[in-house]
Amino acid sequence: MNGFIYLSNVTTLALDREKCNGCRMCVVVCPHEVFAIENRKATIIRKDQCMECGACALNCSENAITVKSGVGCVTGIINGLLRGTEPTCDCGGGECC
Amino acid sequence: MEPGYITGYMETPAGTIPGISTTWSIGDRMSTIRVRWSVGRMKYRVSPGIYAVGSPDPSSPVFVTANFKLTFDHVRRALADMNAWLLVLDTRGINVWCAAGKGTFSTKEITRMVNLTGLEKLVTHHKIIVPQLGAVGVSAHEVRKQTGFSVIYGPVRAADIPAFMAGGLKSSEKMRRVTFPLWERLKLIPVELANGGYYLLLVPAMFLILSGLYRWGYSTGLAFSDGLKAIVNLCTAYLAGSALTPALLPWIPFRRFSLKGLTMGWLTAILLFIIHFLGTTPVSIISWLLMIGGLSSFTAMTFTGTSTFTSLSGVQKEMKTALPVQIGMTALGVAGWLLSKFIYL
Repeated sequence: MNGFIYLSNVTTLALDREKCNGCRMCVVVCPHEVFAIENRKATIIRKDQCMECGACALNCSENAITVKSGVGCVTGIINGLLRGTEPTCDCGGGECC
Repeated sequence: MEPGYITGYMETPAGTIPGISTTWSIGDRMSTIRVRWSVGRMKYRVSPGIYAVGSPDPSSPVFVTANFKLTFDHVRRALADMNAWLLVLDTRGINVWCAAGKGTFSTKEITRMVNLTGLEKLVTHHKIIVPQLGAVGVSAHEVRKQTGFSVIYGPVRAADIPAFMAGGLKSSEKMRRVTFPLWERLKLIPVELANGGYYLLLVPAMFLILSGLYRWGYSTGLAFSDGLKAIVNLCTAYLAGSALTPALLPWIPFRRFSLKGLTMGWLTAILLFIIHFLGTTPVSIISWLLMIGGLSSFTAMTFTGTSTFTSLSGVQKEMKTALPVQIGMTALGVAGWLLSKFIYL
């Protein structure tokens, strides 16, 4: 559904089709159907739906996928800015998500 | 005291293993409602380890989950009428997806728990079923390398486990897809409302006190009459951002959450304007529009962290422009509102 698409042309997701062995793992783990298999290799079909969770890259045994993964969370980014770290959803022991 | 969901114990080659119920007691239901309101949410945990569902044997499937009790409850309920093993990781009481993002639901934790529980003595097959959203922290090929167990990714929602089993350990496209339907968004609103914490008392109290100021000094009567209106305005803005925006999320125009929140804030402000809660002078009305807009826009923007589809790069891009504007609007609004107490423009 269109109401659930965030900003366009921002994702850091990249796929090196040369390295792909067609194992389908990226298709299986992606929660937003960003990947599909075409001609026995993975391809990105819905790039703007990528939420940079990083599951595809972590589960790619050929290291064909790269993405700067992290939390798409305002509170997490502010936490990171305040502490001078990367964005983190670790709220420091208190109430958290 | 032993938790209510433990129904007995079974002796196995890997030691004594607690058996668990697949139904929810009244107590489970009550505490579910409680944690939905964020009360004791971080202490709602299950002991990590292995549990037996039904009468599992060495050929029974092994499901992996997190030790947030709300998660655990949904999984054990989905395993009704099944014989299975349930491996609960130590995710510090956090759900699977968030824990995977934080790195506590991870390759390392699976490896640790597989070894600790002696899983290879319990089952003859070498398969573990891991929820798909755990893949954010789990590398299937690494788990296999380190434990000898193959990871099979199961469905996103625990309720789809029976269909996943019936489909021969395969998830349909629909079962793999994360959605964000109205009912799920509504369930999250109480936690959103509780996010404000002690600011929810501090800010209204400050407005109440400051409302008494006027040209010739201080009036307690004014503090109550204007203060009450100020509190209603603030609460409306907060609700517009943290309840109305999440509820109506996909139907509000704009992709940026900050603009969705601003829209809802200003729409509700029209009602407040009609009943004269924004004041009667132009400075007072504009000031309230700025404060309401800034507050509803910011609270709506924090819902990105709760939503299921925003990316880090996207949120960073949105914040870069939205946050300075929100801070500016709110600061200008507060200044204008204070000014409006002394000059009648």
